[in-house]
Amino acid sequence: MKHLLSASDLSRDDAVLVLDTAKQLAAATAQGVGKLPPLRGRTVVNLFYEDSTRTRISFEAAAKRLSADVINFSAKGSSVSKGESLKDTALTLEAMGADAVVIRHPSSGAPHRLATAGWISGGVVNAGDGTHEHPTQALLDAYTLRAHLRNGEGDLQGAKVAIVGDVLHSRVARSNAQLLQTLGASVRLVAPPTLMPFGVDTWGCEVSYDLDDSLNDVDAVMMLRVQRERMNAAYFPTAHEYSSRYGLNATRMNKMPSHAIVMHPGPMNRGMEISADVADSSRSVIVEQVANGVSVRMAVLYLILGGTEMS
Amino acid sequence: MTTYVIKDVAILGGAESDIKIADGVIAAIGSGLTGDVVVNGKGCVALPGLVDLHTHLREPGREDAETVLSGSQAAAMGGFTSVHAMANTNPVADTAGVVEQVWRLGQQVNLVDVRPVGAVTVGLEGTALAELGAMAESAAAVRVFSDDGKCVHDSVMMRRALEYVKAFDGVVAQHAQEPRLTEGAQMNEGVISGKLGLTGWPAVAEEAIIARDVLLAEHVGSRLHVCHLSTAGSVDIIRWAKARGINVTAEVTPHHLYFTDDVVETYNPVFKVNPPLRTRADVEAVRAGLADGTIDIVATDHAPHPAEDKDCEWAAAAFGMTGLESALAIVNDTMVKPGLLTWAQVADRMSIAPAHIGRVLDQGQPLEVGSPAHIVVFNPNIDIEVDPTRTVSASRNTPYAGYVLPGKVVATFYRGRPTVLDGALA
Amino acid sequence: MTHDVEPARVVLDSDDISRALTRLAHEVIERTHGADNLTIMGIPTRGASLAVRLADKIAAIQGSPVPCGALDVTMYRDDLRMRPARALLPTTIPPEGIEGRLVVLVDDVLFSGRTIRAALDALSEHGRPQAVQLAVLVDRGHRELPIRADYVGKNLPTSNLEIVQVRLREHDGVDEVSIERAV
Ligand SMILES: [Zn+2]
Repeated sequence: MKHLLSASDLSRDDAVLVLDTAKQLAAATAQGVGKLPPLRGRTVVNLFYEDSTRTRISFEAAAKRLSADVINFSAKGSSVSKGESLKDTALTLEAMGADAVVIRHPSSGAPHRLATAGWISGGVVNAGDGTHEHPTQALLDAYTLRAHLRNGEGDLQGAKVAIVGDVLHSRVARSNAQLLQTLGASVRLVAPPTLMPFGVDTWGCEVSYDLDDSLNDVDAVMMLRVQRERMNAAYFPTAHEYSSRYGLNATRMNKMPSHAIVMHPGPMNRGMEISADVADSSRSVIVEQVANGVSVRMAVLYLILGGTEMS
Repeated sequence: MTTYVIKDVAILGGAESDIKIADGVIAAIGSGLTGDVVVNGKGCVALPGLVDLHTHLREPGREDAETVLSGSQAAAMGGFTSVHAMANTNPVADTAGVVEQVWRLGQQVNLVDVRPVGAVTVGLEGTALAELGAMAESAAAVRVFSDDGKCVHDSVMMRRALEYVKAFDGVVAQHAQEPRLTEGAQMNEGVISGKLGLTGWPAVAEEAIIARDVLLAEHVGSRLHVCHLSTAGSVDIIRWAKARGINVTAEVTPHHLYFTDDVVETYNPVFKVNPPLRTRADVEAVRAGLADGTIDIVATDHAPHPAEDKDCEWAAAAFGMTGLESALAIVNDTMVKPGLLTWAQVADRMSIAPAHIGRVLDQGQPLEVGSPAHIVVFNPNIDIEVDPTRTVSASRNTPYAGYVLPGKVVATFYRGRPTVLDGALA
Repeated sequence: MTHDVEPARVVLDSDDISRALTRLAHEVIERTHGADNLTIMGIPTRGASLAVRLADKIAAIQGSPVPCGALDVTMYRDDLRMRPARALLPTTIPPEGIEGRLVVLVDDVLFSGRTIRAALDALSEHGRPQAVQLAVLVDRGHRELPIRADYVGKNLPTSNLEIVQVRLREHDGVDEVSIERAV
């Protein structure tokens, strides 16, 4: 694995390898091993063009636990905010000897461009690009699902996951729709028609506009964050109407099978797409997702940087 | 004065013949002709010099991207003898002063007829009509008016413009793009945009404007030209309008004949263009439309950009691609080789019809004795790999980099004088 | 990697392996004075299976269970960068931990010694054993580091061109050690 740009880069076996690797790394953490050595002497740059403290900290912790040197390069207060182009920033990072760049960027495809334009020689990890993808989020979601539904082994063959909310603008939904299917799960996308992407019928997912009808046969429900700015763009009439039609509350949660779990990539809008009692319920694995994020990102960095450059 | 003979060339793809050029006109057509300079036309076709109705020369304002000189050279290399310089310069070509400046630059360079296009509205802002009459009466004698790059989206403004230009036989060339439906748009709205997470530019945003405009043109009895038509629905609307007798013409670009939107999966901004590259069905429809005459002409929408505006992430990149130097090879590849157009029809779509729409006198004339000697000699049987570093345009944003294209312009004659000989600037 | 290989020559069969492990069990008990502070740690994959077998044999002789775990050394290898990133294997530490224990590392083949060096590093992340010893089924020579085994099932002089294959029931359906020669 040279880069991780899209969930579609991963075959079923690749994805299972990431999850298995993450599992071993999580076990090492649980056994009290502080730092692992495999990325000693490697430099990982966190290049964040959007504020996302939680994702950046997760990658930073992951890289440091593998003994990499970490450079945080955030857009605010740097040459980036003074209008430096992505290319010039990339050339700087290359000169600094970055072995891998973890990039979060508001423009879809920016990680792909960074990986393929010839500006840098190192690996690129997509930490979220525009409304395109967020593959490590999908991997940590798959890890969490596997831990709960498949005892932490193998793939997700036969599992059924509903992804609910702003699918149109969600990189989490795009990556999960691909990865979960790669792992053998079936995916049902639930959203108002205005928040379904054009061509969603080609994604291999079931599409529903009705949340109440979408809950009784699922193993997990993944709620997506609804950005406040969507509310003024006529995607739905009011926050109240959205919440009453597509929000997950206790009444709806009780329609789910008893083993089914509730997920959210965070940060949550409590009271909007998810009610507080659901977010804090025993079926919510949201805090666990955060913890799994570090192990999964360790696995990705290890698989990209832990061997030879050619693979 | 030097005389030229093009030997053994297939005129409009027909029988081989010699063409003798003297004193700026075609002096003789026949066999065994002699002259001071001989061009070997064996295996080549001769067409009347190409006329581009849609060229961005960038001067004044963005001379780092292109100048009238470099753009004229690129045009000559592509076989063009006339180009229409779009109005979205800086300052905008919305006054007689600016259009005359561009026109004079073209005269000085003297490689092609540079016909300035006048802006429809002041500053392309869509709120006040530019001085269309003054531009028409200027030395530049503007006949084509366009806010290209932006759509004249206000219905009243479009109606008035269509009506007003009738006074001097002008035409409004519309960049059909409904602005609200295309806010932030990055590529064709379709399966690929959904997958790539790029904001979509739906076909309906083009078709809705074209539908409105043909009805307006019918209502006020005016002449309308539709720029860079790109969708199957647009072809249907134009076909319907023409059947109704509406005075509308339409153009398609080489890149909309060639590419589909799946190339965007590379996220390489060289493929970022407005209107965007469309689906396979759209490409098939515009080819068919060009073949059956629904679409009147091919126009390049040559849009040079400096490297930094393309060597970046997709969203930050400028829209547009160069096209003058590759246009004829693309038309050969997409239309002639598949049997959709004959060379005589290519002469119509790329010279005769655009000259007529633009009211370019003495261009787009038949290749016969006495015609002004605007001639392109094109070898359709050479495969050339496009190397952007070897283009003549000042910009390198050709989308065909690394593609092998069929055909090469061997010679271009402009007013009886070679601008290109042996495939290089003369 | 592809090698043209001669037919494998079996040097230990199932009975040989079983006998060797029994002998190793007795030697461990003898040299650790009754094995009461003993923890067996196998290096996956085959070393971990051999460790379980060895621990079972010792337990059977002593009549009390012996703590046994597995220690993945992948991330501690000094040749990590010479091959594509390798899958990690499980590390399991017995409940007693390894702090202050007499740890016997178990591997299938002792060759350059680099795996054992990595194992010593990996082990130190989990605590400070009282002592570490090494048991291997086969010692084929060609050491590149100052490492030797305390318990050896069979010394097997080999050429560098030869490949020693250890197959075990748990993974390969059969117990045998063979030598193949790359041509
Ligand atoms: Zn345009």
